[in-house]
Amino acid sequence: MDLQPIHSPPTTFIKKYVFSTDHKVIARQFLWAGLLFLAIGGGLGMLIRWAWGFPGEAVPVIGDLILPHSNGVIGPSTYNGIFTSHGLIMIFFAITPMMIGSFGNLCIPLAIGARDMAFPTLNMLSFWTFVIALLCVLASFFVPMGTAAAGWTTYPPLSTQIGTPGLGQTFMVLAIFFTGSATIMGGVNYVTTVMRLRAPGMTYMRMPLTIWGQWLTAILNVLFVPVLAAAAIMLIMDRHFGTEFFIAGANGPGDPILFQHLFWIFGHPEVYILILPAWGFAGDLLSYFSRKPAYWYKGQVWAMCAVTVLSAIVYGHHMFLTGMNPLLGQSFMLLTLIISVPAELLFLNWLHTMWKGSIRLTTPMIFTLGMVFVFGLGGLTGIFLGTISTDIYLHDTMFVVGHFHYTMAAAAFLATMGAIYFWFPKFYGCQMNEAIGKIHAWLSIIFITLLFGGQMVVGFSGQNRRLWNPFEYTFLEHLTELNLLTTYAAFALGISQLLFVWNFMEGVFSKRTCGNNPWEVGTLEWELSSPPPVHNFTTIPTVLRGPHEYANPEVRRTLGRDWISQTEELPSQPAGTGGADSGAAPAGGDSADGAADGDAAASDEPAAEVAGG
Amino acid sequence: MSAEAAAAHDHHHHHAPRQEDYPVDPHYGQATGGKLGMWVFLLSDALTFAGFLLGYAIARGGTKPWIPEGLPELGINFTACLTFLLICSSVTMVLAFQAATERNKQETLKYLGLTIFGGFLFLCGQYKEYFGFELLGSLVANFHADWGAWLAMGLTDEGLFFGTLGGSEYSAYGSTFYMITAFHGMHVLTGVGYLIVIFIRTYMGKYDDGNTNHIEICGLFWHFVDLVWILVFTFVYLIPE
Repeated sequence: MDLQPIHSPPTTFIKKYVFSTDHKVIARQFLWAGLLFLAIGGGLGMLIRWAWGFPGEAVPVIGDLILPHSNGVIGPSTYNGIFTSHGLIMIFFAITPMMIGSFGNLCIPLAIGARDMAFPTLNMLSFWTFVIALLCVLASFFVPMGTAAAGWTTYPPLSTQIGTPGLGQTFMVLAIFFTGSATIMGGVNYVTTVMRLRAPGMTYMRMPLTIWGQWLTAILNVLFVPVLAAAAIMLIMDRHFGTEFFIAGANGPGDPILFQHLFWIFGHPEVYILILPAWGFAGDLLSYFSRKPAYWYKGQVWAMCAVTVLSAIVYGHHMFLTGMNPLLGQSFMLLTLIISVPAELLFLNWLHTMWKGSIRLTTPMIFTLGMVFVFGLGGLTGIFLGTISTDIYLHDTMFVVGHFHYTMAAAAFLATMGAIYFWFPKFYGCQMNEAIGKIHAWLSIIFITLLFGGQMVVGFSGQNRRLWNPFEYTFLEHLTELNLLTTYAAFALGISQLLFVWNFMEGVFSKRTCGNNPWEVGTLEWELSSPPPVHNFTTIPTVLRGPHEYANPEVRRTLGRDWISQTEELPSQPAGTGGADSGAAPAGGDSADGAADGDAAASDEPAAEVAGG
Repeated sequence: MSAEAAAAHDHHHHHAPRQEDYPVDPHYGQATGGKLGMWVFLLSDALTFAGFLLGYAIARGGTKPWIPEGLPELGINFTACLTFLLICSSVTMVLAFQAATERNKQETLKYLGLTIFGGFLFLCGQYKEYFGFELLGSLVANFHADWGAWLAMGLTDEGLFFGTLGGSEYSAYGSTFYMITAFHGMHVLTGVGYLIVIFIRTYMGKYDDGNTNHIEICGLFWHFVDLVWILVFTFVYLIPE
C-alpha cells in the first residue's frame, strides 16, 4: 500500500511560494535566505579585514552610509559588533540554512525515494521560525548601542547587562533561540524521514554519503541544540529578569564557566554539524566525478558515525584554559586527538576514490577538491590546538581563527558552493555556466587559502584574536604588512563572488534546460525531471544497488556507458552499438518498469539486497 | 497526475497512515513516522531539561547555604500529592490507549477525560504552589480558617521569587526552582491542550477505524512529561539541604 499520498499541486501564490510544504520549495527558501545572509556576513567579514588592513581609516565607498556617525571609520565598539555578528550570522544564518536547511531539504527525499519529508507542515514551520530569527538579527542592528558585541561565543559576563547593555545582544540571543527551535524542528524531520521513508531496497548502506552526512548532522542537532537553547533562555533571564545564573556576584551563586560548559556541549558538536554535510558532499562528488565507486563506502560511513559519537564527548578542549582539572584536560585531549583517526580515514578514502579515476574537472569537482585541500590544512592545524601544551601558547590567537575558518568556513563554503553548482538543475532546471563557474571556483580556492593562511601565520607570531587595532602593540607592529596582504586576499575573495552572483541569477532566470541527468550519475534524484515535479516520484522506485556504481565492466558491456542508476535493471543482453545515452534517464518514475517495481514494495527487499551486494 | 495517482490521492488523503500499513523494518519494528518523530523530539526535549538541571546542579553546588535566611522551604507533602496525581494521569492515559485499541470509544473518552482532568488539577496545584488561590481561600476561610489561609498562600507570598521580580533579592534557590518547574508546567499545559485535541478528535470519530496511532503518540508525550516531573521532583524538592 502506498503510504505517501500524492497531493495536487498548490495553485495560489501563497501556498506555492510562501507557506509551501513542498520540500523543494522550502529548500529554495533556505537557499535564498542563506545566500542573502552569506552576503551580509561576508560584508561584515570584509569590514573586519578593513579594520586590520587600514586601521583608523574610513571605509571606502559605503563608509558614510553604514557608519554615518563616525564618517565611515570603524571605532572599537563598532568593531566589537562587527566581528560578533559576522561570526553568528555566518554560522547560524548563512552556512547552516544553506548546507543543512537547503540541501537537507532538497536531497533527502529525492535521494531516498520519498515524495516529501515525513512532516511537511513542520518543515514549513521550521523555515518560518527561522525567518523570525532572521528578523531578530536584522533588528539587532537598528537598536541603540548596536548589535551583539560579546563575541560569537556570547560568553558572560561580557554578554550580560554588565558587558553589553544594549538590546542588540538580547535580540541576537533571541535569534539564536529561534533558529535553534527551527533547527530542532528540521532535525526531527530529517531523522524521521531517513528512518521511515526510504524507498524499498534503499537500505542504509545504499544511501548516498550526502544523506549519511545530513542524517548524522540532524541527529547531532536534535541532541545538542536544545542545550544551547537552555543556555540562551538562562542568559536572557540573566539579562532581563535579574537572575545571576552566569554572574559571579558578591555572594557567589552564579558561574560564568557554566555558560561555557553549556555552550560547548552544543558548540563542539556544532563544529561537526557544519562539516559532516560537507564530508557527505565530498564523498559523493569525488566518486561521481572520478567515475569510480567511493573508496570503501562502508568505511566512510563508519568514520562519519565515529566522528558523530566522538564529537559529543570532546567539548572540553575549548576550555583548556579555564582552570579545569588537568586530568580532565588530558582526557579531553586524548578524545580530541582520537577524532583525527576517523577524519584521516575519510581523507585517505577521498584520495583513494580519485586514484586512477577518470577525473572530470567540472565546477562542482573543483570546489570539492578545494574543500578537501582546505579541510586538510584546517584538520592538521587542529591537532596543535587539541594538544594542551601547544594550545596554551596558541589559545585565543589568530591561529585559532585561521584554523576554524579553514574547517568551518572555507571547507563548508567551498563544499556548499560545489553543491549549489551540482544540484542547481534540481533547483532551477538548468546548469549554471561552467566556464564562469570554474573561474569562480579557482579564485575562491586561491583567495580563501591565502586569507585564512595569513591569519594562521600572524596568529603563530602571537597576534591575539579580536583586537580592534593589533598594531597598537609594539610586538605586533611587524605584522602590519602581512595583515594588509591578508586583507587584499579577503577583498579579492569577496569581489570574486560577484561572478557567482551573476552566474546564479543568470541560471535562475534563464530559459535554458538540461536533461534529467546532466552529470551522468546514478542516484535517484537524477532520474527525475529537472526540476522534479511536486510529488517527486509518480511511483516509488525500487532500489537495486548502492549510489556509486561507476566503471563497472559488466555495465559497460551491457549498457555501453560507465554508470548505472540505483534502480536500473542490468540487462542480460548487451545493448546495441552506441548505447550510451547520457542525457536521458533510465527507469524514470513514469515508465512501465518503474510502476511494476513500485508495486512490489517491501516484500521484494531481500531479493534486492542480494542484487546489490 | 495519473489516474492511479488520483485514486491513491482520494484513498489516503484523509487518513493518517495506519501502523500496520508500514512495512516491517528490521531495525525499528513498525513504528510510524509520527511515533518515531515524537521519540526523536522527546530525546531533544530531554536534553533541554538536562541543560537546565545541569545549571541547577552547578548553582546548587556553588551556593552555601542553598536556602537563604528567611526564604520558605518547598512544601514536599503537597507536591508529593501532585506527583501522585500526575502518575495516576499516566495510568489513565494507558487505560485510554488500551480502550482505544479495543475500539471502546466510551471508555477511551472517559479515560482521556480523566487524564485531562489530572493534568488540569496538576496545573491548578502548581498555580496554588506559586501564587495561592486568594479568592477561593477567602471563601473557604468563612468555613475553615486554617484551610482558607493555606489555600490563599503561595510561595510568592512567602517571599520566594524568580530573579529580582517583585523587588526581591536574587536567590539561585528561587530562580532555579521557578525556571525548572515553570518549564515543566509549560509542558503540562501543552500536554493538556494536546490531550484535548485528541479527546475532540476521538469524540468526532476520527479514530473509529481502529487507528490508535495518534492516541499512542500523545500518550508518549504525556508519559514523558510525567517521567520528567519525577526527576524534577527528586532533584529540586527531595534533595535535603
